[in-house]
Amino acid sequence: MTEREPVILVIEDEPPIRSFLRASLTTHGYQLIESATGQEGLDQVVAQRPDMILLDLGLPDIDGLEITRRVREWATIPIIVLSARGQEQDKITALNAGADDYLTKPFGVAELLARIRVSLRHAARIAQGSQESLFTVGTLRVDLTRRRVFVADTEIHLTPIEYTLLTTLIRHAGKVVTQRQLLRDVWGPAYATETHYLRVYMGQLRHKIEANPARPRYLMTEPGVGYRLAIE
Amino acid sequence: MLSKANSNQCCELQTEKPPPQLVVLKAGMSDQRPDPDALLARVQAEEAHPARGKLKIFFGASAGVGKTYAMLDAGHEQRAAGVDVVGGYIETHRRAETEALAHELTILPRRQVVYRGATFEEFDLDAALARCPALILVDELAHTNAPDSRHPKRWQDVEELRDSGINVYTTVNVQHIESLNDVIAQITGVIVRETVPDHVVEQADEVELIDLTPDDLLQRLKEGKVYIPQQAEWAAHNFFRKGNLIALRELALRFTADRVDAQMQHYRRDHAITHTWPTHERLLVGIGPGPLGVRLVRAARRMAAAMHAEWIVVVVETPKIMRLPEVQRDNLVQTLRLAEQLGAETVTLSGQRASETILNYAQTRNVTKIVMGKPARPRWKELIFGSTVDEVVRRSGEIDVYVITGDQDAVPPLAPRLIERTSSWAAYGWGLLVVALCTVLAGLMFPYFAEANLIMTYLLGIVLVAACFGRGPSVLAAVVSVAAFDFFFVPPVLTLAVSDVQYGLTFAVMLLVALMISTMAVRLRQQAQAAGQREQRIAALYAMSREFAGSRGIEKLLRAAVRNISATFDSQVVILLPSATGQLQAWGDVTDWLGQTVSETMVFIPDNHDQGVAQWVYNHGRMAGLGTDTLAGAKALYLPLIAGRGPVGVLGVRPVLLRRFAAPEQLHLLETFASQAALALERAVLADEAQRAHVQIETERLRTSLLSAVSHDLRTPLAVITGATSSLREGATLLDSALRDELAQTAYEEATRLNRLVGNLLDMTRIDADGVQVQKEWQPLEEVVGTALARLDEQLRDHPLTTALPHDVLLVPLDGILIEQVLINLLENAIKYTPAGSPIDIAATATQDTVTVAIADRGPGLSPSDEQRIFEKFYRAPSTISRNGVGLGLAICHAIITAHGGRIWADQRPDGGAIFRFTLPLDGTPPHIDPETDVLSGQLPPSAGP
Repeated sequence: MTEREPVILVIEDEPPIRSFLRASLTTHGYQLIESATGQEGLDQVVAQRPDMILLDLGLPDIDGLEITRRVREWATIPIIVLSARGQEQDKITALNAGADDYLTKPFGVAELLARIRVSLRHAARIAQGSQESLFTVGTLRVDLTRRRVFVADTEIHLTPIEYTLLTTLIRHAGKVVTQRQLLRDVWGPAYATETHYLRVYMGQLRHKIEANPARPRYLMTEPGVGYRLAIE
Repeated sequence: MLSKANSNQCCELQTEKPPPQLVVLKAGMSDQRPDPDALLARVQAEEAHPARGKLKIFFGASAGVGKTYAMLDAGHEQRAAGVDVVGGYIETHRRAETEALAHELTILPRRQVVYRGATFEEFDLDAALARCPALILVDELAHTNAPDSRHPKRWQDVEELRDSGINVYTTVNVQHIESLNDVIAQITGVIVRETVPDHVVEQADEVELIDLTPDDLLQRLKEGKVYIPQQAEWAAHNFFRKGNLIALRELALRFTADRVDAQMQHYRRDHAITHTWPTHERLLVGIGPGPLGVRLVRAARRMAAAMHAEWIVVVVETPKIMRLPEVQRDNLVQTLRLAEQLGAETVTLSGQRASETILNYAQTRNVTKIVMGKPARPRWKELIFGSTVDEVVRRSGEIDVYVITGDQDAVPPLAPRLIERTSSWAAYGWGLLVVALCTVLAGLMFPYFAEANLIMTYLLGIVLVAACFGRGPSVLAAVVSVAAFDFFFVPPVLTLAVSDVQYGLTFAVMLLVALMISTMAVRLRQQAQAAGQREQRIAALYAMSREFAGSRGIEKLLRAAVRNISATFDSQVVILLPSATGQLQAWGDVTDWLGQTVSETMVFIPDNHDQGVAQWVYNHGRMAGLGTDTLAGAKALYLPLIAGRGPVGVLGVRPVLLRRFAAPEQLHLLETFASQAALALERAVLADEAQRAHVQIETERLRTSLLSAVSHDLRTPLAVITGATSSLREGATLLDSALRDELAQTAYEEATRLNRLVGNLLDMTRIDADGVQVQKEWQPLEEVVGTALARLDEQLRDHPLTTALPHDVLLVPLDGILIEQVLINLLENAIKYTPAGSPIDIAATATQDTVTVAIADRGPGLSPSDEQRIFEKFYRAPSTISRNGVGLGLAICHAIITAHGGRIWADQRPDGGAIFRFTLPLDGTPPHIDPETDVLSGQLPPSAGP
């Protein structure tokens, strides 16, 4: 993370939500720029070069998806989209268009802060080009250089696909990864729609690393969208 | 009706409508109030055609008086005043002045019609409608259009123009007026075939008489200024005699004067001038089957018009009339039609004696005058059989009786003889054969029996022939029988010569008896046939009505109509119903019709042209198409289905035999069928509407109960949130931190619950609106359970939870998002109804073809009645009223599981608590997964790196 306070651009047309975001984010050490319309937001992205964008999908002037696409044409600024429940397809489209993560309204401050932290850290890591060699969450420990997986100090044996699946999630730890992205990264582009592969292997992986696969702690499902590896 | 309204709109602005309110106001101010009913009728008549174009007629006594010139002149005046005037059809007859006038106007090009090699030039109605001027000039209203035109008569074209809101100027000569037709034929000796119904002229907004004295006219004729068509020159010379011209002029003046008088009446009515109010006259005309009827109707029409009286034309169906041949009964129907055209009310009565029936009816209708025809039969017949006219005159009491002469020669034949029932040659052959057989039989009897008995044999034969083959063959048989009897059995045998003069009497009596028997037998046969036909028709009609009564829904009804009409009239049938935009559509595809009761041969689909005809029928509410005089080029006959509230559709009938509907009786029967069908259809439509209204009321009721439940359930958490947050705001410094935390926590929890409640409401709305849209995918059950538990993480804090799912990854075809919703609702239900700390158990078991999921709690459990009703909308267990929740959760579960093809139910747990179970079918084959057996760790997989 940089020394200065990270600058977050909020593009959201509902004043109450902006004020709630302002209240919670400024008290947690972020600097806020607000835009009520998509056009104003795009101007702000160019003028202020924020560190992150919180983007409402349902804006009155420009579609949130369109804003995501336009920003992605020239910048890698992390974008978290805010959307209502029941818009799973919109979320997937936004993620495919280059958004980093999403939050479903209504959301709590804790959830919001966690997502912001994850996205900023990812952005920083990509900027530095650094790679961690050890990933730990709870009792799960993955040694990425030696390709070994431990749960509470017991080594777990994974198949190559299970391992690749796990490491793909680790690369995006804390962020949602769409089913499509996982299928392409692990099985190849030809498998992009064969979601049952993903489900079966995810189930196997859970049986190996989760204490109760029916109540997972690490490998969380984002219904209809994809998976997320919990980081805390 | 909509399309008609649309076509009206194009010209709506150009026509003015007399303001009826003004009339009412004036009436209101006066002490002498006009008859309110009459006023109302007028206002309604005016409102019925709000945008109807006005008609002005330039009326003349004969050709050459200058009607066309006057019309053009008036057109010019209008044009000068800025009105959009177009010449639709102008017949200048190459007269220079007229042509000069016409050239200054925009003239529509004429329509070229080629018919049987000859080219006709006709008024182009469609072009005029498309051009849609404010005023159009159309010459010669009485003109008969070339075959293939939309209407057979030009006045019908003009009516359509006016229906579209176009004002029309036109010309008519007095000899073309329908009701004056026969009078003029008498005066001039020329029968005019082109006529205009009186009502067209009467309903014209203005009639301007173009008058020229006979001397001036003859002068113009001499100067060659009057056009006389070549082929009619001989007639024209007869026609343009001074005597004729004077008579015609008188008729024209009189006709115009009558009209002016009628206008005066209107004026009086409007202005409440009552002192010359005529007593209410009502005329009754009794007509019979003879050709005299037409004359009577025309005469009565003139009388009625002169007296401004209503008139009724009555036919009494006595047994005698029922026995008449079909041709004569056709005449009767035709005459009634004419009377209707001329504006009469027509009534068919039945009774034994015509005079009695007519008089009774006249008394009930308060008739003031009766018009009857002078009987044409000889005096001696009247003396013997009595005369209807005499009886009426004798017993009429206060009613005046007018007797009018019949002049049969002057009356043109009404209609071509449509159906002539002639016996075929075969029938005559059979007649002769029967006589031959009788002769053989008599020959065998001859040696043993007397001659009188032989005659009996012949008489028997004649009765047989009359009963089986009709009048002609029976008369022939009678004559031949007498000859055969003479030839074979009367001495000298085998010659026609007679030895004894006594036989002359024998022959005469034999012939007379034979003829009488044959007449009676034939009459009997006709009666039986007529009765049989009548019975068949009534039976057919009854069958259809009965089927209608038993049919529910429009489709069944239409099927019944098609089947019955098709069978009764031996035709193919189509029913066209209006769409929402008023555009007619054939009901259903032909293939849709086919089924148990309707076969392909019963229906047809109209082509584009016929579709247009049907639309015209629907818009105008009049019959058209095949066999009628409107749009006769169609391939089928189209009848409007008119019910109480207006047209509901159109019935198309394509008979197998084209002559099928030539008999008016058949057409009448078809009309009866159509009106029956229309009424039934309207009833069905109304029932449909009532049903929809009922559903709407039910929905409304549900919505109200939902609203009250929702407003309670939404307000409770909102009240808590408002309370908690306002205390935090007001007492920030007063509250200790523990209390603040508690308030914040409460507000947060209530908000979360509110969110779920709104979610459920939205789900239910969506399910209600589109049903449940299930997108099944093979998914591990575990994963769905996992996401549901993750979403309820916070609420489950206080409830120990156990999961018992099959050990391996169990793939189930399901819609993940929906089943997750089911699990969440069931779990929430368990959380809501059980005390904190009580455990919740989730278990799943799979068999070959189903998986059963159970969610069990240790709460108070369910009563047996709850178990049944718990999945209904808005149901909440009575014991738990204080708890909130609209009671939608389980209804949503039920909808979702049912849509998956599963079952959901609730039970009492044997050892306390409730258990909810649902099943999901495991149908289809799970997707194939390529196995990956190579278990390794610490080795680089070949496909991808980290």
